[in-house]
Parts: sequence; C-alpha cells; structure tokens
Amino acid sequence: MTENLTETIIQSLSQYIAAEILRQPKRKIDAQEPLISSGLIDSFHLVDLALYVEDTLGVHIDDTELNADTFDSLNQLAALIQQRQ
Amino acid sequence: MKQNFSQILRQTARETPERIAIYLLLNRLPDRAITFGELMCGSAGYSHALAAAGVRPGEVVVLILNHSEDLVYAFYGAVLHGAIPAIMPFLTEKLSPDYYRASLAALFEITSPAAVITYPEFVEEVGVAGSAIRSVLVSSQVSPTVKPDYSDREVFAGLDRSPDDVVLLQHSSGTTGLQKGVALSHKAVFNQIESYAEALRLISDDTVVSWLPLYHDMGLIAGFIMPILKRIPLVLMSPFDWVRAPYKLMQAISNYHGTLCWLPNFAYNFCAQKVRPRDLEGIDLSSLRAVINCSEPMHWKSHQAFLERFQPWGLRPEALATCYAMAENVFAVTQGGLDKPVTQDRIDQHALLTRQAAEPAQDDRLAVGLLSAGRPIRNTRLRVLDANGQDLPDRRVGEIALLSDCMLTGYYHRPDLTEKAFLDGWYLTGDLGYLAGGELYITGRKKDLIIVGGKNIYPQDLERLANEVEGVHPGRVVAFGIFDEQAGTEEVVVVAEVDDEDIGRTEHDGRTEHDSLEQGKADAIAEEIRQRVTRGSDVALRYVKIVGRNWLLKTSSGKIARQANHDKYLQETAL
Repeated sequence: MTENLTETIIQSLSQYIAAEILRQPKRKIDAQEPLISSGLIDSFHLVDLALYVEDTLGVHIDDTELNADTFDSLNQLAALIQQRQ
Repeated sequence: MKQNFSQILRQTARETPERIAIYLLLNRLPDRAITFGELMCGSAGYSHALAAAGVRPGEVVVLILNHSEDLVYAFYGAVLHGAIPAIMPFLTEKLSPDYYRASLAALFEITSPAAVITYPEFVEEVGVAGSAIRSVLVSSQVSPTVKPDYSDREVFAGLDRSPDDVVLLQHSSGTTGLQKGVALSHKAVFNQIESYAEALRLISDDTVVSWLPLYHDMGLIAGFIMPILKRIPLVLMSPFDWVRAPYKLMQAISNYHGTLCWLPNFAYNFCAQKVRPRDLEGIDLSSLRAVINCSEPMHWKSHQAFLERFQPWGLRPEALATCYAMAENVFAVTQGGLDKPVTQDRIDQHALLTRQAAEPAQDDRLAVGLLSAGRPIRNTRLRVLDANGQDLPDRRVGEIALLSDCMLTGYYHRPDLTEKAFLDGWYLTGDLGYLAGGELYITGRKKDLIIVGGKNIYPQDLERLANEVEGVHPGRVVAFGIFDEQAGTEEVVVVAEVDDEDIGRTEHDGRTEHDSLEQGKADAIAEEIRQRVTRGSDVALRYVKIVGRNWLLKTSSGKIARQANHDKYLQETAL
C-alpha cells in the first residue's frame, strides 16, 4: 500500500515539475534524479513546488527547508511528504 | 566640502552611536539591530585584519560572502582601511564550480585584488582561481569587533582618502572573461546620493527595505549605501531567503513601517503570484510611499498585478514608481512617480518599429503602452542620439547618452573600454529610448542583451556553451530572450542546428512523420544543451529548439542574426 502511495506522490510531483516548472510536459524525471543540486529546479521555482505540495498533498514545507539538504530527489521529497501526512 | 566615506561614517557614529543603521533579517535567527556604533566596531575588526595582511590603501579587496553581518562589516572595514571593496556573487547550487572558477579567475586577472575575504570552505576555490592574490582572509578568523582608534592611520587610512579616489568597484555583468568593474569615486557616490535623495524627497523618517543582492547597483546603492550614509534605517534581508519566501518582504515592510523599496520588474509578478493569503494576515503596507521598479524593462501589467494583490493589505496606488539606473552613473538616472502617478504613454507600434518614432496611438488596437522612467535627477542630463551621434527631437527613438557629476571614474584597469563608452564626455548607455514631455521612455537595447530577473545575460555566452554539445553544428546556435508576461521578465531561448540530417528533416515534416529514434536524439541534444547552459551560466534554460541545417537566418556579413531568428522562432511557435 505504502509503495503505491509513494508511487502516486512521485508521479504527481513529476508531472507537475515537468509541465509547470520545466515546461517540458513529456520530460521524465527519475525518482533518484537530483533536482536542486543539479540546478534542474532553480531557486525561483522552489516556492512554486512548496505551494503545490501544500495545496495538493496538504503538507507544509517551510521556506527554510527549500534546499538540497532537506530533499534533492523525488524519492526524498515523497518520503518527507509521507512522514508529515 | 571635501569629505570621504570614512569621515562621514566616523561622524555619524560619533553623533548618533545608538541609532540603528541596519535591521538584519536572517532565517531562523531573531532580527538583529545594528547601531552605527556597532557598525564601526564590527567594521574596524576587518580594517585591522586587512592592515595586518599588508593590504594597502587603494588596493582592491574582493568580498565573496553571503548576506550577513560579516559582509556588512567586511565592506565598511575595507572602506575604513582605504581599500576598495568589490562584492562578488557567491557560488549557487545551479552553477557549475568550473564555470564559477573561470569567471572568478577572469575577474582576478583584470582587477588584481590584493586580498579576498570569504568563508573557510571557499579558500581553496579562491586559491585555484587566483594564484597571484596576496592574501585570503577567512571571515570567521577576523576579530569580530574592535573599538576603533581613528588616530591609528595605518589601519584607518580611509580617513585620508581624497574625494576623487575610487571608493568601490561595482561589477556590471559582462561576457565571461570581460568582467567590467565600474570604479566609483567617493565624490561621485555622494553626488548621486544627494541628487537622488532630492528626487525621492528622502527624510529621516524613511525606512528602506531591501532583499536585493549587494553585488548589483540597485542593492548596493539604493539598498545599502544610501540609507547608511543618509542615516536612514535599512531593513536588510537576503535574496536567498526572499526568493523562497517572498511574503517575508511584505512582513518586513509591515513590521518596520518601510517607506521605500526597490524591485526589478519580475519581482512584482513574483510577489503577486507566490504569496499565500495566510502569510499576509495582519500585515499593513500603507507605510510604503514608493515601490520603485528598476533594472529591467518595466511593465504596466506587472504594476497592476502587484497592486491588485496588495492593495487590500494597504498598498497605495500612488506608491508605484519607476527608475532608470545604471552603475556607470552610480545608480539612478531618472525617477518616475512619487509626486504624480507614473505616466503611461500609449504609442503606435507600427511607427515605433518601422520609423523609430513614438507617436501617440490613434487606434488602440495598434497601441503599445510604455511606462515612463520619469525625469532625470537634478545632476544628470540626458540626450537621445541618432546613429551619427546627432541629437534627436522629442518622440524619436535613439541611443540614450548621459552626462552628470556622478559618473564612473572608469572601468577598472580597462582604459580601452572606458574610452569606447564615451562620446565627447557623454556616456553612451547602449539603451534605446525617447523623451516626451521631459520624461524618459526606454524602448529597448542596442546590444543583444537578455535581462532575466534583473540580471544581464549576454547571448554570446550561452551560444558558446551550447556550441560545446556534441551533434550541434559548430557556430550554428542562437540565443535570445522572449518576454514572458506571466513572469514579468524574459525567458531565454536557444535554437541550435544539428549535423544529423534526419533530425533536421523530422523537425520540418511535422509530428506524424517523426521517426521516434531521431526524435529521441534531438531530445537528448536539447537536454544536453539545457544542462550545459544552466550549469555554465546560472540561467535556467527551458526552451531549446533543435532544427535542421539552414534553419537559422544570417546577416549579409554571415553572422547569425539574433533578432531575425527571434522573430522566426516566435512565428513558428505561434503556429
């Protein structure tokens, strides 16, 4: 069950990032791919990601947590979200 | 009155030691109020450290530090010692260390700094980039505060600087390896501040709130030096924190009754779109008497979006203001708004494009609205010149030239560039615009410059990076900016021709004919270009178009024509 849930969260985040942040809806994002440290998501869009996570998944990520130390991949972000749900 | 920075700072600290100079807002820490007395003691620690390191007055000290007390003290400590501080951006996560190192090395080579002040973890990086630097000071090892003994002129040599000496360097962005350090004298900065303070009608009750980076003229002058020299409280937050939490700017304005705030155009959209209602609860923005749009093209829609979002929280419509500024004039050239709403000129788009004429539009459907940048500040004169350097009448578009008593001393160690920038004593801005009713309107740029989020990007740099990608035909790449209305700033586009003829053909033949293998190759090249450009330039590249041979248009002299390819791209993507 948990695995399915993780999958669903990752898929939703991946679609949002590809379409709204990267503007490449067909782009596949690997669950382990570094997002922040690689520059894939730049600082101007971190707040968008936080707003999306809060609005769709009901989990608050504080602005001071928007860095690669807190999460850098979809896997890590999904784990953080599930911890707080 | 012959004065320098150090004398003014000393006088301020003597007369009002307990007055707050800076409220420093840092994440996870309580707000830190720094008095003028503390500012001098903190800075004196750095003056001592620089003197001990053998740095002499008139030598350059490069500061690579985040927004912090250290950065504030290191800057004024260098000034008090008579050295010339130059603040450089810190390495970001996005930028590859190799490219950052290369640009640092290029800067060090031209500027030959005597010392660099940075963090311990960055010392090695500096050493690699600049082997000729005499000393690298680590901020954590500098004695935090020392009560200044101004009679020690070995340490406080800044008190003996002449008003004509260079007080600081401000690095306007340039293509890699061509960093231009704008050298400004004490006198030029004072003249700018006196004149600009008049235009702003600055009073002691004002409070400046700023999140802007200090390596940029808007942050450095309007959001750091002017308030301190004019004894106006400064509420300073980090750009790093602001971009993750734009609501904190609104809270800071509300908490400290901020009256003045400078923002680049994109920040109006950014704040309007990315602040949650719950983060605005209880805030009051009615203290703001000017929110000043500056440093990238200004858009009426951005002002409207900002106003709609924040008027319910007390923002007054008359607070929306504009400014045209550049480091070469220390900062402001013109100021709009304040005593009356910013003028919007609705001109005929066709006449503008075909005849470089700004004629009031008869038909609203063909009109383009431009926000006025306002009138020149008292000490600055403007001209609009044609291609032969002749004056143009009102409402004719030409290059903006300026003359003032606050011009740069020169581009540091670049007399060649300094000479090229002037025509009979007038500084040629490279910006295009027109005058109407005594007010200045900016219509574009002479150079192929892209401005993203207030930051100047040279397309040549991006093209060079994209050119390194395998499969791209050498020299057949173009980069340009397209305006993104939602973001209120430009987005970068790269169009690259590839060698593989099949890729080129599929691109032209439409989706049904696509060979998925070839499409996969094109996607891989596009992705590689995105990564290279993003890592090598600090610009997040989103739009890459892979095209076949001979897609790109060239000029008669065989150069890639940026504007023509920009137009072709827009036509194709609109289909």
